[in-house]
Amino acid sequence: MSRQVVIGVGNEFRRDDGIGPEVVSRLRAQAGGQVQLLACDGEPARMIEAWAGASLAVVVDAVLASPAAPGRLHRIELDRADGWDIRPVSSHGLSLGDAIGLARALDRMPERLILHAVEAADFRLGVGFTPAVAAAVAPLVAAVLRDLG
Amino acid sequence: MTHRSDRTLSATGLARVEGEGAMYVRVSSGLVEEVRLDIYEPPRFFEAFLVGRAYTEPPDITSRICGICPVAYQTSACQAIEAACGISLPEPLAGLRRLLYCGEWISSHALHIYMLHAPDFLGYPGAVELARDQRDIVERGMSLRRAANSIMALLGGRPVHPVNIRVGGFYRVPTAGELVPLAEQLRVTLDLALDTVRWVAGFDFPDFRCDHEMLALTEPGRYPIERGTLVSSGGLEFTAAEFERHVIEEQVPHSTALHARLAGRSGSYMTGPLARYTLNSRWLPPAAAAAARDAGLGAACRNPFQSIVVRAVETVCAIEEALRLIESYEPPAGPFVAAGPREGAGHGVSEAPRGVLYHRYELDADGIVRSARIVPPTSQNQAAIQDDLRGFVQDRLDLDDERLTHECEQAIRNYDPCISCAAHFLNLKLDRG
Repeated sequence: MSRQVVIGVGNEFRRDDGIGPEVVSRLRAQAGGQVQLLACDGEPARMIEAWAGASLAVVVDAVLASPAAPGRLHRIELDRADGWDIRPVSSHGLSLGDAIGLARALDRMPERLILHAVEAADFRLGVGFTPAVAAAVAPLVAAVLRDLG
Repeated sequence: MTHRSDRTLSATGLARVEGEGAMYVRVSSGLVEEVRLDIYEPPRFFEAFLVGRAYTEPPDITSRICGICPVAYQTSACQAIEAACGISLPEPLAGLRRLLYCGEWISSHALHIYMLHAPDFLGYPGAVELARDQRDIVERGMSLRRAANSIMALLGGRPVHPVNIRVGGFYRVPTAGELVPLAEQLRVTLDLALDTVRWVAGFDFPDFRCDHEMLALTEPGRYPIERGTLVSSGGLEFTAAEFERHVIEEQVPHSTALHARLAGRSGSYMTGPLARYTLNSRWLPPAAAAAARDAGLGAACRNPFQSIVVRAVETVCAIEEALRLIESYEPPAGPFVAAGPREGAGHGVSEAPRGVLYHRYELDADGIVRSARIVPPTSQNQAAIQDDLRGFVQDRLDLDDERLTHECEQAIRNYDPCISCAAHFLNLKLDRG
């Protein structure tokens, strides 16, 4: 049976970075029981374990963009062969780009991978979203539900 | 006037940024004049956030400070609060806590060895490129992570951000039968960990020695993980309750981060694998001790670049310890020891994968947190990292900026600064006078 997983990446104690876990939390009441829902810190090995073998993986994450429009949503779909290369931003930490690169090298990509990226304004320590990101939560949940069909 | 060129390396784009950090190196007339490192935001937000909360809440809240070492935060928090409440964990609950912590060590060390540090030694930009060329090697690292996740899932309730830990023990403890498949998985994994030691022992290590005072827990008879007394290579010995008399955090110019130093000492100190190993190598279990010997480690290790070997040895140690704890496990009468609130202060300290992690809580008679203090290993190591960089850069000024920058980052990675707590190196500035 095909497996669907939604992975909310982020830290709810880092203000807007918490939108991934928040979306997962809201989906618990709305998504079907067969959909696996996970909050994750984005560490590549965990991401790969979560999505390997899935027919569909939906990743929700907050991003910085330049120029920024906080609250703006991006939907990006990847497949196994897609050449889109997200370079890690950091020379030390590991990012979603690493998770995808590693999964490709180890042949552990899901059949479909959809990234919902939300442009964020504030990643400082704290709780609660900035207004523009708070307003994006409901449309984001709806967008993920559409992907899950 | 000498020519000055500024070089700024920065990265932007699709990224999660969990902090902001920078490394700044200024060289003038062939001498390193200044090294500044700002990689850590102290957990002051969490300390303030905890005030007014019930004494049962800090383990769960502080576990969110770091995605890589939540068990360390939970353990130090539990131990501090249990001390305040006047209880201690009996066996086998104490053993289960150590077993869970072993899972975190395996997970964190495997992540650092395979994903972060090994690519430096092998000339790869990162783990992705290493995996493309040497898939079997990276698969071995993934297998180690899977075994660690099995421990975390069974004892912690889930592999990420465990939810089964509470003051006084656990919400649920495993049956002996549930540990059988885990032991089988760990026995296979032990061979992978030993292979890892052999692999990293063959890397080329820069000839570099640090003379920092070393600080670690110690507990006679076994390698320190979840508890112990603090000792230093300079002869200090103190308990968790005495931590703040010996470890002083202070603001330094040009940085929002606090730097820690040992009271009465002028030099920096280090905590983490090298300190643990140097102060406790005689307590390694047999397979880890043999692996360390075969890897060429002596009783002490003072080359931070060899920390990757020590992490590999400690991974073997954690698997051996996990197997020993599983084999001797008899389920406790209950999953936790009741801990009623009591007015007073409690202190807890444990060995997070990257070093000593200290918590202190003051509770009122109703068990409400009146103050909290958290001193993580990465903030303690910042001064030592800066000192290493100063000497390291001075000896390598003939390298071009790109190469020197890369080697500096490698020198910083020796300390495994906490990924979630420590900021990413978004900006790096190298001024050559």
